[in-house]
Formats: sequence, structure tokens, C-alpha cells
Amino acid sequence: MSAVIDVRDLRTHIVTRWGTIKAVDGVSFALGEGETLGLVGESGSGKSMTCLSVVRLVPRPAARVVGGEVLLDGEDLMRKSDAEMQQIRGRKVAMILQDPMSSLNPVFSVGMQLREPLTMYHGLRGSAAAARAVELLAAVRIPSPAARLRAFPHQLSGGMRQRVVGAMAIAGPPRLLIADEPTTSLDLTIQAQYLGLLKELQQRHRFAMIFVTHNLGIVARTCDRVAVMYAGRIVETGPVRRLFTEPAHPYTRALLESIPRFGVRRARLTAIAGQPPDLATLGTGCAFAPRCPAAFDRCVEAPPETDVAPGHAARCWLHGA
Amino acid sequence: MAPHTPPPLGAPRQSRDAPRSSGAARPLLEVANLTKHFVVRSGALGWSSGVVRAVDSVSFAIPAGATLGLVGESGCGKTTTSKLILALETPTAGSIRFEGRDVATLGREGKRAYRRSVQAVFQDPYASLDPRMRVATIVAEPLVINADLDAAGRRRRVAELLDLVGLPERAATLYPHEFSGGQRQRIAIARALALSPKLVVLDEPVSALDVSIRAQILNLLMDLQQRLGVSYLFIAHDLAAVAHTSRTIAVMYLGKIVEIGDADTVALTPKHPYTRALFAAALPIDLDRPPDEVAVAGEVPSPLAPPGGCRFHPRCPFAMPHCATDEPALRPESGRLVACHLY
Repeated sequence: MSAVIDVRDLRTHIVTRWGTIKAVDGVSFALGEGETLGLVGESGSGKSMTCLSVVRLVPRPAARVVGGEVLLDGEDLMRKSDAEMQQIRGRKVAMILQDPMSSLNPVFSVGMQLREPLTMYHGLRGSAAAARAVELLAAVRIPSPAARLRAFPHQLSGGMRQRVVGAMAIAGPPRLLIADEPTTSLDLTIQAQYLGLLKELQQRHRFAMIFVTHNLGIVARTCDRVAVMYAGRIVETGPVRRLFTEPAHPYTRALLESIPRFGVRRARLTAIAGQPPDLATLGTGCAFAPRCPAAFDRCVEAPPETDVAPGHAARCWLHGA
Repeated sequence: MAPHTPPPLGAPRQSRDAPRSSGAARPLLEVANLTKHFVVRSGALGWSSGVVRAVDSVSFAIPAGATLGLVGESGCGKTTTSKLILALETPTAGSIRFEGRDVATLGREGKRAYRRSVQAVFQDPYASLDPRMRVATIVAEPLVINADLDAAGRRRRVAELLDLVGLPERAATLYPHEFSGGQRQRIAIARALALSPKLVVLDEPVSALDVSIRAQILNLLMDLQQRLGVSYLFIAHDLAAVAHTSRTIAVMYLGKIVEIGDADTVALTPKHPYTRALFAAALPIDLDRPPDEVAVAGEVPSPLAPPGGCRFHPRCPFAMPHCATDEPALRPESGRLVACHLY
């Protein structure tokens, strides 16, 4: 299987008054057609910055991708010109963000916003563009799509707005869809509907998907593989089932244990001690060591990535080396 | 009535309640047929108006030292219910009885005592703490008006409260921005406990926090309940967290309770189609037991024009003809109350 997206040793630094922050520090992963990677971690762990680096939309000049390759169907996006990159973002890579209102322009109708990329990237105009827009809205299961073209974003519910963003995303159709917390702002039953829709669209278009979330329940249901991020690094990656049943990294294990589950009555949850790390004052060793119950003297050095099983790797001195 | 003096923390709750409680079985808070309607005006001159039945004949009880979890999607009336209990809104109909007395009939002093006894912790500890006040001032603020304590007494009380929520003593001299989200929520909890309330309304207390911090705060809340015997009304959309912390769960949909009962019973064997959909959508991490998939069509209808009959029927996969006309009442079914014609 050839990878649709192959990210190798991606590094993004942010220059601040307090020093350089390694927001993404050597991240690698690959995804094939129709595959979904769940990218999980706390706020500040580098999930979103990884996604922005992949599409080269990091907030410049403070943040800069300083190393690594992002191969989309074998072509390195890091070597593309800005104009080429814009074409790629319009056709081959799509994004769905947490808040649909930040993706939609409040002063233009849904129809205008849907037709703009169709004209720019697919050369569709007039009634052809309108017909395609209706088709896209129908594909994301928006009732009476033709009438909705005249609606403005504020006239739609949160779930409907996120569907419109989904309609724009699949216009390409994309090879890679980056979904950054797409359901976090939606109600539970609407969230379930939207996750079902994303799966359906993926089956039809076979795009690879990076699904950013902090909800492990969503990962369990929608992803094939998981990458757990902590302080800018992927500390553990593997198939969903394997990672949930046999987590190798103490952080993954602690995260899974700290979540309340149905039917498991415990007097206390197993809490993770301490606070998430401050990337500006991070040392050279394992970033989780100060909160880790299993930390020992080797943890002052940064652990390498070690395979614990085929397709399952962790960055922890407890495993090998 | 003399100003209220908070008893020392950790003092057994019973000693304070003993003179007033007349029976062990009486719940701390009893809500009966609680209803709140809001009149909404629209149109050019506010001529056309409608009524939103935000809370419509809701009944439940919270025993002393126990937690009631209230779940439902946005707009279902959870927050209005909590505002009614916090006396921030006046009910349109129905009653709230606290320690056996109807809150509506309380006099001025009685109302003040009630407000002291019922406190709240909100979702966003960045919004609920004044950034220009030191932590000591924030935590002591409820004591200034409501407790008969001098400055030294307040300082001692603040130190006690900070220790109770697991913050160092020096936290008192710092400002909120010097704390992380989890620590800020501890400050908010300390403030809520300052007057030794009997009931604390927790409105999404952990949803703004990082995943690795949530367990710390949930543990703290449960420890405090054990130590102080305080009751909680826990409002959250994280159903697993609600099931973990609550003794009873009530599920609301468009202003009505559709299912209420023992937390484990409701969470593990939900009966109402809406509860089933909600818990299926809550995405449990159990990989071997695929959740009971109940597909719910469409979105929550406008509360201005709720559907007739059962309010859930347009979205319900099991809807029958009479669901559109007859409103189901809450009836006992396998150890809980359900409002559904299926049972």
C-alpha cells in the first residue's frame, strides 16, 4: 500500500520572547487511502500545530516549519511554492475546524461561499457551479439543499453549519482531510450524526483522514490508528484496539485510567499528578517524566522511539534500549 | 436572625442539621412540578410573541450528601433548572422545597439563609474569577457580607478552604492568572464552599479543563462530598463523568424529564429512546461491546414550538401514531421512571 500522506520528522518552532518553543518536535506518521489517524493529546501538545504544519499554514513569522518532509502522494509539500500550495489546499487537502463560524464568512450566503472554490479550482461558473453546490449540500445530508443556498450562516444551526463546511471540504474531492476537533462544539446526538457522515464520505471518496480530538471515545469509534502527542512529540502510536488494550507508554495508560467509564464504579479515578508541561521551560529528557509514576534515572535523557509490536511504537525507556 | 457563622470544616454535618431535621428520609432539596416559561417577543414592535417552556413540570429530589446528575443537550432546560434552584430566576409554577420548607414562602432572612446554603461552581474558571482580585479576596468575598468574622477570622477561614481544595497557603496572595485551569477551578470550589453550603450546583465543572486534569477535580469533588456531606446538582454533557459521580441521573429533553433513576441503572440499561441515543452517542471506550446504536434523526426542534404529544417523537426511531398526540407521563419501568409509550 502506498501512503497518501507520509510525514517524516516534521519540526515546527515558535519564536517567543521567552525563547524558542519546539511545538512540533520530530513528528512522523503515514496514512493510506481510506485510513484514519486519531491524533490525541492535551491542549498545547502540538496536535493542531502538526496539522497546520502539514498544510503550511503555521502563523508566520513567529512559527516556522524548520525541518522534515510532508509527502502527499509522493510529492513533498515543503518544496512547493506558495501558489502551488494554494492549489493543493483547494483541491487535495481539506480542513474542518472546531468552530464552523470561523470557517464560514457571516456576510456571504452559503451558496456564494460554496461556489467560490468551485470557480477557483474547478472552473465551474453560473448554473454549473450552482448545480454542483446543490449536489455537495445534498451529499452532506442537508435537507432541501437548493433552498439552503440562499441561507446565511447565522440562519443555520451549529450542526448544519458544520455540514456546510464538510460540503466545501469534499468539493475537491480531497486526498487528505484534516478534521481538527470537528464535533467538539456540537451536541451529543448531532455529534454522532456528524461522525457517521464523515465515515460515509470517507468510504465514498477514499481520502486519508487525520482526526484531531481529545475524546478517546471518538477515537475508539472512528479511527484505525492513534498517535498520542505529549509536548510536541508522538509518545505512542499504534492500531486503536492494541493501544487501548495494551498501552505501552505510561502517559497513554494514565490517560485511559483517568477517564470515568460506564459500569465501572470506582471510589476514585486514577488522576494524573501535576500539570501539563510548559514548552518554554522544557528540559532535554522525557517531557512526561515529572508526572510519570514509573520514572527512573534514565528519563533525564530523551527516549528514542521503540517498537513494542508490529505497527505499535512508544517513546519510553521502559521499552527496550 | 444573627449573621451566619460557618462551622469549622470537617465538623460532622449531622450535628448542625440535628435540631432542624425532623426525619432522616426527607431529602435536602425537593423540586415538584417546577415550571419556567419565558415570553419571547419578536417582530417590528414586539407584537408577535411566543412562550418558551424552558422547564416544564420537572420533579426530582436530592438527598443530603448525594449527587443528582442532570444531562441533556443544549437548550433542554438544564441551566434554567439550575438557575431556578439558585434563586436567580423565579419559577412560573411548581415548588422548590429545601429542608422541607417551600423556598417561595420564605421571608427575607429565610431567603438569605437559603442563598447561603446553595452555591455554584461554573464551567469556565477563567470567566468566573475576577482577574484583578487576589485569591484571598476572591475566596473571602462571600464571607464579608454573610459571615460574622473579623479580618483575622476570614484569613484563617481562607487558609482552611485553600487547604481543603489542595492549594498551598501562599496561593492566597496570588492572582488568578498565575494558576492553571485546574487550579483555578479549585479556587472556584473553595469560594463556593466558603459559607459551608448544603447544596452546590456544579454546572459543567470539568468540561473546560484538560483531560489529564479532569480526574483530579472529579476526585476532589467526591472527596469533599465525603468529608463535608454536601449535596451536588451535577450538570454535564460528559455522561460517563455524570454516571461516575451521581447517585441519580435525570435526562432532560426540551424542558421535560424523560427518564430518571439510579445512575447505574440509567447509564447501563437506558430505556427511553432519547436516553439510549444519548448514551450510545457518548462514545464509550469499550471496544468489545459495540454500543447500542440508536440513530436519532434531525435536530432538536425549536422550544418556541415544541412538537405535540411526546416531544421526542419526530426524531424517535420507534415512534408510533399515538406518540404524536398523547404526551407520555413518567411511569415506573425496571427500577426507574420513564416517559415513553413503549413501556
